[in-house]
Amino acid sequence: MAALVTTPPLAGQPPAAAGRRVVRNPAWVRVLFMTVALLFVAGFLVLPLAAVFAEALRKGLGAYLDSFRDPDALSAIRLTLLAAAVAVPANLVFGVAASWCIAKFDFRGKSVLITLIDLPFAVSPVISGLIYVLVFGAQGWYGQYLDAADPALPWLQQWLAARDFKIIFAVPGIVLATTFVTFPFVARELIPLMQQQGSDEEYAALTLGASGWQTFWRITLPNIKWGLFYGVILCNARAMGEFGAVSVVSGHIRGETNTMPLHVEILYNEYNFVAAFAVSSLLALLALLTLFLKSLVEWRARKSA
Amino acid sequence: MSVQVENIRKTFGHYTALADVSLAVKSGKLTALLGPSGSGKTTLLRIIAGLEHADEGSGQIRFHGEDVTHVPAGRRRVGFVFQHYALFRHMTVFENVAFGLKVRRERPARAEIADRVHRLLKLVQLESLAERYPSQLSGGQRQRVALARALAVEPKVLLLDEPFGALDAKVRKELRRWLRRFHDEIHLTTLFVTHDQEEALEIADEVVIMNQAKIEQVGTPQEVYDRPASPFVYQFLGNVNVLPAAALAGAGAGRPDGGGLVYVRPHDIEVVPHAAGESGLPAILRYIHAAGPQARLTLEQVVNRETVEAEISRAELDRLGLRANDLVRLRLRQSRSFAEDYAI
Repeated sequence: MAALVTTPPLAGQPPAAAGRRVVRNPAWVRVLFMTVALLFVAGFLVLPLAAVFAEALRKGLGAYLDSFRDPDALSAIRLTLLAAAVAVPANLVFGVAASWCIAKFDFRGKSVLITLIDLPFAVSPVISGLIYVLVFGAQGWYGQYLDAADPALPWLQQWLAARDFKIIFAVPGIVLATTFVTFPFVARELIPLMQQQGSDEEYAALTLGASGWQTFWRITLPNIKWGLFYGVILCNARAMGEFGAVSVVSGHIRGETNTMPLHVEILYNEYNFVAAFAVSSLLALLALLTLFLKSLVEWRARKSA
Repeated sequence: MSVQVENIRKTFGHYTALADVSLAVKSGKLTALLGPSGSGKTTLLRIIAGLEHADEGSGQIRFHGEDVTHVPAGRRRVGFVFQHYALFRHMTVFENVAFGLKVRRERPARAEIADRVHRLLKLVQLESLAERYPSQLSGGQRQRVALARALAVEPKVLLLDEPFGALDAKVRKELRRWLRRFHDEIHLTTLFVTHDQEEALEIADEVVIMNQAKIEQVGTPQEVYDRPASPFVYQFLGNVNVLPAAALAGAGAGRPDGGGLVYVRPHDIEVVPHAAGESGLPAILRYIHAAGPQARLTLEQVVNRETVEAEISRAELDRLGLRANDLVRLRLRQSRSFAEDYAI
């Protein structure tokens, strides 16, 4: 350990080097903390990530690539992309609208709205899924509506019945559950940002003759664009990785209602480790890409600030 | 263009920001809205700009006689400069100034916009910084960009909210003199809000003093300084001594024009040595602060031991040969009295 212990500055030496940091902890404290942190990162983050790729490639690149030729795997990837493609734009529009209202205006029930936005973070995803089953399942309100002898909108009931339109154990349920779970990401990112920026720039645009629409597109949106990207990246990562809520509403019908995380579980339970880890590796790559984009956005945002 | 404000009332819940305020801003003048924070001056400015609305059923805002009470801010043709400038942070200086021209319904040609923006930047002496972003500018430069941006839409009235509030003392002084010269060049009706009486008295043609949601006095800087209409104005514009009229009347210290309390500025107090036959309020000299162009004397009245501040020239101080703890008499050259029950 002797090599790690830094020598104290000499008595006659100018204090410039030592003075850079006002607080200096003893060397053993620094070494101890660094070691603990690095061991933690290695054990809990790097090791599992490496294990995913190692397991996926255990039987060679051919077996790894073969896992993606399976039609069920392809269908799971497609469904995950579809769910994210609906959930992310929906929450983008909602998040911008909600945070705009909350940050720029005062109205009754504002705190209720903020609390509601946080709801998906507060409840367990499994509960969120169950709520959808209760509302849209065959025994839920939706099922009762389809079976009702005297429904509120007869044409709608006929239209839905003619198409055998299902929500639970079908694609719409998965999209709904994904949207619900990823609901807070964009709004939570934007509300503090917009509150901190205030409304003076919007007011300035108004006095210069801009319409409300012009003000939104030319002033409000450009000011929040990095925060918005950041929220969208996190929202997308969660949308593609969501397991709990989707698992409840999916019904695990292979090739139809399996998303990537659900497909991984099925493959793993069938002792098909290479395929399970191959699909996992895609999710892991997505995570790495997310982290990379996140750092990129943070860097750009700092630069433009 | 003149601005008339008639019986404007504004309340926020139970708080009254403006209580039936009326004001006429003269065309082509530089007018200061002066008052302590919370006096309603910024609210009044924002209502004139159309950024806030007066209470339903209260009076009118008229520009040159024309009722604009319900005209939206964008069509009032006012230039508004915000306290913290509110420059568009993602746009260059050029784009900031051009914004008002680009969002117009009948948008001028690109070359014309460029031409006008460059003329405005020249006017505020920022031509060389057209491609900079607001974050790369100093406070004074940002202020001038905000001014150029406000002027780009050719406003009829220019409104400035604490235009020098966020600047350091030296830049503040330079910029306010610059604003005065600038106003003399363009002669645009200008109304600016400030809480700094020195600033208002130095550059404004007319000063409107506000306190607690009301206008206390309107007048030229000299008028409001020399003839304050209320104890508040007296105390707000510079130092003042408040003396009980009864004590003065007994000492023959001046001619207080009736009433309970006499207000006198330190430089309107004449200090004479205590000698037989001299009239005046007897006082003991406690401290002499002679660092500066004027000597400031802190005195203690013999009658009630209360403190009085006086200002005399250094030459006068030498002539009198005063020392601490000397007994002197005070006479008032100019003073004003208000009834004692006048609430400040």
